[in-house]
Amino acid sequence: MNIGAVIFILVLAAAVWWFTRNVRRIRRNILLGREEVINDRKAERWATMARVALGQSKMVVRPVAGILHILVYAGFVIINIEVLEIIIDGIFGTHRVFSFLGGFYSFLIGSFEVLAILTWLACAIFLIRRFILRIPRFWSREMTEWPRTDAGLILTFEILLMSAFLLMNAADHTLQGMGAEHYVKAGAFPVSAVLASWLGMAGMEPSTLIGIERFCWWFHIVGILGFLNYLPYSKHFHILLAFPNVWYSKLRPKTQMDHMPRITAEVQSMMDPSIPPPAPPAEPANGFPPEHFGAKDVFDLSWKSLMDAYTCTECGRCTSVCPANITGKLLSPRKIVMDTRDRLEEVGKVLDKNNGKWVDDGKDLFSRITDEELWACTTCNACTQACPVNIDPVHIILDLRRYLVMEESKPRQELNAMFTTIENNGAAWAYGPDKRMDWVKE
Amino acid sequence: MSQEIQIQTMAELAAKGEKPEVLFWVGCIGSFDDRAKKVTRAFARILNAANVKFAVLANEESCTGDPARRAGNEFLFQMQALQNITVLNGYGITRIVTTCPHCFNVMKNEYPVLGGHYEVMHHSQFINQLLKEGRIKVEGGSFQGQQITYHDPCYLGRGNGEYEAPREVLRSLDTALVEMKRSKEKALCCGAGGAQMWKEAEPGNKEVNVERSEEAVGTGAKIVAVACNFCNTMLTDGVKHQGKEAEVQVKDIAELIAEANKL
Repeated sequence: MNIGAVIFILVLAAAVWWFTRNVRRIRRNILLGREEVINDRKAERWATMARVALGQSKMVVRPVAGILHILVYAGFVIINIEVLEIIIDGIFGTHRVFSFLGGFYSFLIGSFEVLAILTWLACAIFLIRRFILRIPRFWSREMTEWPRTDAGLILTFEILLMSAFLLMNAADHTLQGMGAEHYVKAGAFPVSAVLASWLGMAGMEPSTLIGIERFCWWFHIVGILGFLNYLPYSKHFHILLAFPNVWYSKLRPKTQMDHMPRITAEVQSMMDPSIPPPAPPAEPANGFPPEHFGAKDVFDLSWKSLMDAYTCTECGRCTSVCPANITGKLLSPRKIVMDTRDRLEEVGKVLDKNNGKWVDDGKDLFSRITDEELWACTTCNACTQACPVNIDPVHIILDLRRYLVMEESKPRQELNAMFTTIENNGAAWAYGPDKRMDWVKE
Repeated sequence: MSQEIQIQTMAELAAKGEKPEVLFWVGCIGSFDDRAKKVTRAFARILNAANVKFAVLANEESCTGDPARRAGNEFLFQMQALQNITVLNGYGITRIVTTCPHCFNVMKNEYPVLGGHYEVMHHSQFINQLLKEGRIKVEGGSFQGQQITYHDPCYLGRGNGEYEAPREVLRSLDTALVEMKRSKEKALCCGAGGAQMWKEAEPGNKEVNVERSEEAVGTGAKIVAVACNFCNTMLTDGVKHQGKEAEVQVKDIAELIAEANKL
């Protein structure tokens, strides 16, 4: 076995090991959420996933971004088939191991090249939209330095990977034409052939070309493995979580709120003294905080809300349709989701430091999210409708409101008045039941 | 607008050992708000005209608990819900119609888990059904060719996927329906949902109802049709804010049908 193959296997193993480690960490963090059983209507779930995640149906609601995104997405998925060949070549020291497929191989390589150049262009347009045209949803308040850098890095990385792939093919194609040893004649190179002639590769020394080809080969594969390991630290993790997140998404009517059975038991015992009050929830192990009414911290949110948080790619479509945000209020649904994720990451670090035990760090979701944001929500669900991967920010907002009201008694003052009238009059306005038929009179 | 409204309460019907075809859930806003009361009357007149045997709960009706729940008070919501369910089940109610998309959403989606199982309809669906069955007809052409725009209530549209019934009702009037840019799935909220109706808006640079009514007025339609009393209040205020109340009217679809039929 040659030294190249040894290095390659080591790099590959390290990349897979580190990535698996991070995925397990994220999985653990998501499962810190409250239990919620989601396994009904399976056929509908698969269909929704096929349509929304695989089929990108909600992306194309905004055609420009949607179609460009489909190019990058298709490019990404399909070019990864190429990665399989690269891995086999890397391990066994072969070159273009699938070239025996003949005409089909040419078709594959040819289509990879077309997709690669389209992805390259789409990423370039995305960079222009984000950093030159400065589309407002990429520059709002929660788009602080890291989210902006993250987006820029992802796009730049993809452009570099695609460039390496095309340069590699250009050199390879030229070497094939020269009849260089090792470089079997295989594949179709509709894009890189043009690139090769632009760069005047035909006039280069074979050794230079081999250098370019080898460098790009290594850059491409190490880059892909590096990018893979960048995902768990980035909003780009959505490329993986989009699928399960849509599968598990809410199929019930959007405006149907979560039931709270523990409260039913309490209310029933209040209304009928013969029913004993429910037993308090069991004290959690490992120092985790006790269950709250509503959500104070990530532990109180459904695990699905936490998966939502890790799935968010910060596109801001939710915020751009939010009536509160449009009218200058503090609320941004995207910020709620990003805050949830950032808090969850923070909680995860505390757990890592204490061998999986929870040690109160004195912070919670309210350290990041203010009452003013929460009380601006009209629960209109424009955000959930707009999200291309079916994230539900309203669910988080309402769970936080529940905590504010039921445990902190901190609603907006006028809402307290509304509660009191409902309690006293059974009406949201201060009219007694005897006035219920007054409408009949003109 | 002179016909006497024929109305029976559930208590009266039950005393006679009778059951209604449908229970009309009036809702708090429909009972107490002066503007909304007109919508309640219009819908009751439509029910009368269609010979629908309906009843109301009158003083036995209580807030569904929706605003309390959206404002985070789950205890109060469940107390209200369980009380209402006791009353409804006590009368053996199976079908409910309401002019309020919030009551509709709560009773249809959130009461079943608490033991309240009913077929719940929004009045736009109910009127549409009456039209389809020929139980009412739209007479005269008072709205023929008039430009009307329709504002989707969030809890009916996005919330429960009902975009067509109210539009079909409007089409029965031979109106020219002009859609706002943000309509159906993309409709902009009126600003009242999620218990906002009961509180001051949080600080911002504009009111949501102004943003939405500007869009509605911008269509050039002289009538803004609504299917929710909260939207009605918000958009009426928004139109006034622009000083357009003389030119543009905000009306519930029930009022339009009642008006067309001179009920």
